Amino acid sequence: MSVSAVNATVYNDRVVRQFAIMTIVWGVVGMLVGVIIAAQLAWPELNFGISWLSYGRLRPLHTNAVIFAFGGSGLIATSYYVVQRTCHTRLISDKLAEFTFWGWQAVIVAAAITLPMGYTQSREYAELEWPIDLLITAVWVAYAFVFFGTVGIRKVRHIYVANWFYGAFIIAVAMLHVVNNIALPVGFMKSYSVYAGVQDAMVQWWYGHNAVGFFLTAGFLGMMYYYIPKQAGRPVYSYRLSIVHFWALIFTYMWAGPHHLHYTALPDWTQSVGMVFSLILLAPSWGGMINGIMTLSGAWHKLRDDPILRFLIVSLSFYGMSTFEGPMMSIKTVNALSHYTDWTIGHVHSGALGWVGFITMGSMYYLIPRLFGQKQMHSIKAIEVHFWTATIGIVLYIAAMWIAGVMQGLMWRSINPDGSLTYTFVESVKATYPFYVVRLGGGLLYFGGMCLMAWNVYMTAMAGVRTKAINSVRIPQPQVAHA
Amino acid sequence: MDILFLLVSISVLLVLAIMAVFGWAVYNGQLDHLDREGERILHDD
Repeated sequence: MSVSAVNATVYNDRVVRQFAIMTIVWGVVGMLVGVIIAAQLAWPELNFGISWLSYGRLRPLHTNAVIFAFGGSGLIATSYYVVQRTCHTRLISDKLAEFTFWGWQAVIVAAAITLPMGYTQSREYAELEWPIDLLITAVWVAYAFVFFGTVGIRKVRHIYVANWFYGAFIIAVAMLHVVNNIALPVGFMKSYSVYAGVQDAMVQWWYGHNAVGFFLTAGFLGMMYYYIPKQAGRPVYSYRLSIVHFWALIFTYMWAGPHHLHYTALPDWTQSVGMVFSLILLAPSWGGMINGIMTLSGAWHKLRDDPILRFLIVSLSFYGMSTFEGPMMSIKTVNALSHYTDWTIGHVHSGALGWVGFITMGSMYYLIPRLFGQKQMHSIKAIEVHFWTATIGIVLYIAAMWIAGVMQGLMWRSINPDGSLTYTFVESVKATYPFYVVRLGGGLLYFGGMCLMAWNVYMTAMAGVRTKAINSVRIPQPQVAHA
Repeated sequence: MDILFLLVSISVLLVLAIMAVFGWAVYNGQLDHLDREGERILHDD
């Protein structure tokens, strides 16, 4: 039902509901593919000699599914919810918002079909070929219009800090996507990048790191700054700090990309710029983490009984860990050991499972009952079990990858007195095997938790549908001044 | 490293844009009464 935003008396939660449900669905799908490829690394027979199931093709399906399908749907769902409620206005266009939903789902389905078929631009987190890139651009332009347009017609003068983070995420992703994907199409699903060589590498990792910084960080910080105060019932610890945090973060993040290219053909001075800015980045990142965690100041007892709050706060602990580990790994000497090892994977997943996963899960546990007219999720106990299962899964995952990574780095650089390498590469692969098995175990636990969440969400949603409890939420009207 | 002509140029434009937006925020009163604004989201639903 499309309503003119100007006359609207209720929020548009329909599109929020749509995106929220798909967040859960894609979470299960993306993590399932993750578990499959983790198993394939331990037991390559699981490629079954079938090209569509081969590790090389499934890996980008996993990354795209968890980042863009799961993460993206979660960001759009929450940003549409937050922007309406903090601006006291309905979305500026129901039709465009609807288009962003179906368009985004079409992108995901296109990815799920083309990536296993082997169509790829071979750019990390930007593998999708040019027709899909064009669809992404169209959806993103619509998304930007809906989000910023809604901010533009706000009834509250102040723009709540979460919206700044969401806004920066939307603009940055638009820029990154367009610049990195510029290519010459030569066939229906084939194109050649306009970039080449080390310049190509620089553009790709300018994109790649900012995908992490703006898609996976700024966007989810927007989520954090709304859902933690709401779930805790307390305002952000220091609203002033949140603003400083925002500006400092978006300023420094753009320059960290070269830390992916240490000791490659990239010029030394460019590598140093990346290293220095990555280290500087530690400060605003931790400012945000402290701000979020300290929101519980005076209310720590709530963590005892509220597993949703636990998801949200622990997500920030992992955020702090990853934003410390990242700068450390950006130091050239450290990177000389860690680059190309599984330590990088461990780092990625502590951020992805710990920060991004947990903040999304906590926010969805807050959001979904409300979207379906329920007082709370169907089972609080299941949220508890999910939390502990997932946390243990994360710990197993990253510990296994840390050990494997450092081991690989040390084995590869080990030299005999006569100057020859001590180990062959395949010996390091063999030594990594047990850690791949442990990592699979951790991943299975995390995936299991996600399945439990899917069940819980299904039961909650069905209760709302069955009892016709889904209601429209009235927009608070501005106070009229009385004489 | 010719690509830096592109990347640095985009980044500089971005920095200018960021400064412009920040300036707007200050003059539009976005940075006034911050404590009240932080609390405001707790007053709805």
